[in-house]
Amino acid sequence: MATLTGQLTTVRARGLTRGFDGRAVLDRVDLDIRKGEFIALLGRSGSGKSTLLRALAELDDGVAGSGDLEVPAERAVVFQDSRLLPWARVLDNVVLGLDGADARDRGRAALAEVGLAGRERAWPNELSGGEQQRVALARSLVREPALLLADEPFGALDALTRIKMHHLLRELYDRHRPAVLLVTHDVEEAVTLADRVLVLDAGRVAVDRPIPLDRPRHAADPQFVAHRESLLSALGVDR
Amino acid sequence: MTELSLAASPERTEPAAAVLAPRPRRRRRLGPGRTSARGLALGPLLLVAAWTVGSATGLVDPATLSPPWTVVTTAAELVADGRLQSNLLTSVQRAAIALVLGVGLGVALALVAGLSRVGEAIVDGPVQIKRAVPTLALIPLAIIWFGIGEEMKIIMIALSVFVPVYINTHAALRGVDLRFVELAESVGLSRREFVRRVALPGALPGFFTGLRLAVTVSWTALVVVEQVNATSGIGYLMTQARTYGQTEIIVVGLVVYALFGLVGDLAVRAAERRALSWRRSLGS
Repeated sequence: MATLTGQLTTVRARGLTRGFDGRAVLDRVDLDIRKGEFIALLGRSGSGKSTLLRALAELDDGVAGSGDLEVPAERAVVFQDSRLLPWARVLDNVVLGLDGADARDRGRAALAEVGLAGRERAWPNELSGGEQQRVALARSLVREPALLLADEPFGALDALTRIKMHHLLRELYDRHRPAVLLVTHDVEEAVTLADRVLVLDAGRVAVDRPIPLDRPRHAADPQFVAHRESLLSALGVDR
Repeated sequence: MTELSLAASPERTEPAAAVLAPRPRRRRRLGPGRTSARGLALGPLLLVAAWTVGSATGLVDPATLSPPWTVVTTAAELVADGRLQSNLLTSVQRAAIALVLGVGLGVALALVAGLSRVGEAIVDGPVQIKRAVPTLALIPLAIIWFGIGEEMKIIMIALSVFVPVYINTHAALRGVDLRFVELAESVGLSRREFVRRVALPGALPGFFTGLRLAVTVSWTALVVVEQVNATSGIGYLMTQARTYGQTEIIVVGLVVYALFGLVGDLAVRAAERRALSWRRSLGS
């Protein structure tokens, strides 16, 4: 699994197929993710985007399938729900599964990075939804992943919190430079954050489009609009 | 919501800091509201009041049920000659030792059954069989196996105690959220770490439900074993009283059982509140 073909590739999938009850949800997907590349994965519901993410996270034990997959061992997952252990304090959640004498210090630093310094001893259900998701981000970052897999991480947040989280995620990405695969159903989120957008349709990569726009990106910029509209039509939304 | 108390006096010009003064807690409109110690005492107090009134008005025949004042004076006499304390001590010791053993056994079996399929296949069936057999029915066999001494009593109580602990802890372990299992896999927890960080804390609420039942069961099982054959203990005191028709002593025994049952339950609940302080639910 760890033998990567090129120094520049973090993820390499060839003919990746996964299915449930004899129905292929992923159909011979080829995918390369370069080191430090930020990819957004779009798709209608049922298009297989979560299945692809779970395959890359190797969280799909027992799911039928075939194909070659190389993923780095240092990877972290951010789920749609923050998935914090309610019985563990915030810092304990962040350092879950880490060992080493400096684990807690690193956890504190990660919490400070997401703006939650001083909340180490809070219980998860004392935090707002946005704060909980920031703890989840800290839990991923403290592992210094080569690959960050995020499954609609902002889907359950309100619009204002989501905008703040976009800034935070991009900021953290710029500082740590993991490869990111962000699964989302929000085209604007994809164009705002990613350097490359994939659209998954019926288990195949239907669109693979680089987004070479400068930052900061503005949703009113004509080029931004052009990307958004063409991705929307790839998703079957005609306006 | 309207009375946010801001202590800004008119002379002061700098912006006043928000004052976080304790505000009267309003009753939640839906949901049962907070439980208070006083509230919990209401039901038992009503029972005692009904008993007192019934005895005073002659509605309750003293031969059927001694009036509360007789029970109080009898209790005082029993304390004065030391019989109540010594028998109570014996009973509490039996219950405590059996409780520790039974809870330990229940948790151990629940872990075996809750964390492995093989363990469940081996352990769960026999426990369900034990659950279906009344303790009283086991006593003749237990006497043959363990004699009529302390071991037999403690073993019998422990065997009753472990059942609710096992059932509730096992169910809670089985019910640990699959999302957390997935999380544990994604952060690469070892099996031991998973048990320590996820499975056990997740099963703690179920364990406490079992423990509360176990405390009550330890007392009820105590009555059974102490009334069948014993030369000491509250149950023995009551059996003797029955022989001599002393209902007031029987009632004293009942009151002691009830008080200790309640105290035990309150103690477990207090421990539960401390251990599960992360939970905020309707009951807390």
